[in-house]
Amino acid sequence: MSAAVATGIAAAQPARLVDVDGVTKCFGTEDDRQICLESCSFGIPRGKLTVLMGPSGCGKTTLINLIAGYELPDRGSVRLEGAPVAGPGSDRLVVFQETTLFPWMTVYGNVAFGCKVKRLSQAAIREKAERILAKVGLYAFRDKYPSQLSGGMQRRTELARALINDPKLMILDEPFRGLDAMTRELMQEFYLKLFEETCLTTLFVTHELEEAIFMADRLVLLTYKPGQVKEILDVDLPRPRHFSMFASKRFFELHDHAMSLLVEESKKAFAAGCTSAFDQIAGARPPAGG
Amino acid sequence: MAQSSSLGRRLARAATDAAFWRGLLGLTLFFLAWYVLTAVLKLPRFEKIPDPLAVLVDWLNPHATRSLFTAPYYVDILYSVARTYVAFLAAVVFGVGLGLFMGWSTLLFNFTFPLVEVFRPIPPLSWIPLAIIVLPGIELPVVYVTFIAAFFATVINTILGVHSIDRKYFLAARCLGARPLDVLRDVVVPGALPFIFTGLQIAMGLAWMSLVAGEIIAGQRGLGYYIYQAASLYQYDQVVMYMFTLGFLGFVSSVLIRRVGQRMMAWEEARRKSKG
Ligand SMILES: Nc1ncnc2c1ncn2[C@@H]1O[C@H](COP(=O)(O)OP(=O)(O)OP(=O)(O)O)[C@@H](O)[C@H]1O
Ligand SMILES: [Mg+2]
Repeated sequence: MSAAVATGIAAAQPARLVDVDGVTKCFGTEDDRQICLESCSFGIPRGKLTVLMGPSGCGKTTLINLIAGYELPDRGSVRLEGAPVAGPGSDRLVVFQETTLFPWMTVYGNVAFGCKVKRLSQAAIREKAERILAKVGLYAFRDKYPSQLSGGMQRRTELARALINDPKLMILDEPFRGLDAMTRELMQEFYLKLFEETCLTTLFVTHELEEAIFMADRLVLLTYKPGQVKEILDVDLPRPRHFSMFASKRFFELHDHAMSLLVEESKKAFAAGCTSAFDQIAGARPPAGG
Repeated sequence: MAQSSSLGRRLARAATDAAFWRGLLGLTLFFLAWYVLTAVLKLPRFEKIPDPLAVLVDWLNPHATRSLFTAPYYVDILYSVARTYVAFLAAVVFGVGLGLFMGWSTLLFNFTFPLVEVFRPIPPLSWIPLAIIVLPGIELPVVYVTFIAAFFATVINTILGVHSIDRKYFLAARCLGARPLDVLRDVVVPGALPFIFTGLQIAMGLAWMSLVAGEIIAGQRGLGYYIYQAASLYQYDQVVMYMFTLGFLGFVSSVLIRRVGQRMMAWEEARRKSKG
């Protein structure tokens, strides 16, 4: 079964939008160096939804910061359409788990921001913003401030604020974490529908395997310490996706396979945490006996 | 406080509010104690203080040197208000301006912060001798010491305000394609506003404080100047009357700043309401 599943790498590579090539990223000082990512390579194919998974602390957010251009790799390169990424830009927009909506702007002000700083005409901004607000179902809330919205509405505002810029790549770092189960499901459906309509290239980070398989075209699994690609799975479930897919046989196969890989890595991560905690306790304690 | 509600409705609401009655009771007790100590018991030392009724009578007396019904009273108020507000507005323009740029640019901050920290602790009144010999006339020196007091409170709070803005908003703005001036207008200024307005409240209080001292030392006309004059003529009713006038003007200034702040920070109101 696993042979049938793990054909992703061998499969014909579609045109890539982003290339992550041999990226190494360390944190800490000279004498306390922590390797976060080491020789990490994978591609983000155009028009596909790529999901990134791995144990907590394996470097997913770090990878996103590198692709978004917030940080630069120590070694290797991140390339967008062949050109190295040198800094952030509105062609790669990130929606983080934590809201970054400007609290001092209304929903409309937030959504229109990207167009405003591009010096579009008021009329053009209004037209674009209102269309996108209607699309995410927030037209009636356009004059509210973010603090007056529910968590799900905030997420949708954030998506709208990014989408209005027509980015080439949409990056979502655990965007639905912290939402209640019901809202989360609605948001998954909402983003899937949007993706299936627009085929907007997406990089999606999540901790939930069900969510990952439900959304993904490709599933990139990372290893823990150092962060490397463990395996890339092609999720060949048909689109448009529907929640009934959770009951399909193929879903179970993919789920089982990915789960076994994830558990392996998570155990490693957990054990590493225990060891270092044990080292600290042992180090702090005076030698026994004597 | 809704802007639309009429005064009548506000009063009606206040009348059913326990806090309002407690406040009223506190004030009544204070004035009663004042009256008893100064007019009834006439305790030693307290007897020198004019009693509240005498002050009120003087305030309403058309034949007093200064009262609600004499023109010079309003001329004094006008002078002091004009001096304070000119100084305060100058402090807002220069203080907020400098504070925003100092908070925003590490380079400028590094250059100027030590300077600010050297000048800030110098008490405003110690500027008076220099102000008098450098600045022409008698208005400018008084306005200057008032300005200095308000200026540093504004600068420091504006810097704090900019530094209080979460880094993620700068990242988000840059990521969405904002240029430096966009960041200044749409992130730095609105993000710092809550601290700026706290600073302005403090600055206004300090401005009134230095104004009165400045007027006593270097002024002509104005509330502080007249307090000093009345005291030298042993007209303590008038002194107390002017003290309360100053208190009232300070209170009104404070309310005005708060109102403007609420106007400019509608989102803060919205957040407070949605939390409550
Ligand atoms: N700025 C930084 N300075 C020092 N160490 C960092 C920094 N950013 C991340 N790290 C470390 O790098 C490792 C990877 O962090 P990262 O946030 O990328 O993990 P993650 O996979 O996103 O985890 P999670 O699933 O919990 O969000 C962690 O061990 C973290 O402590
Ligand atoms: Mg993360």
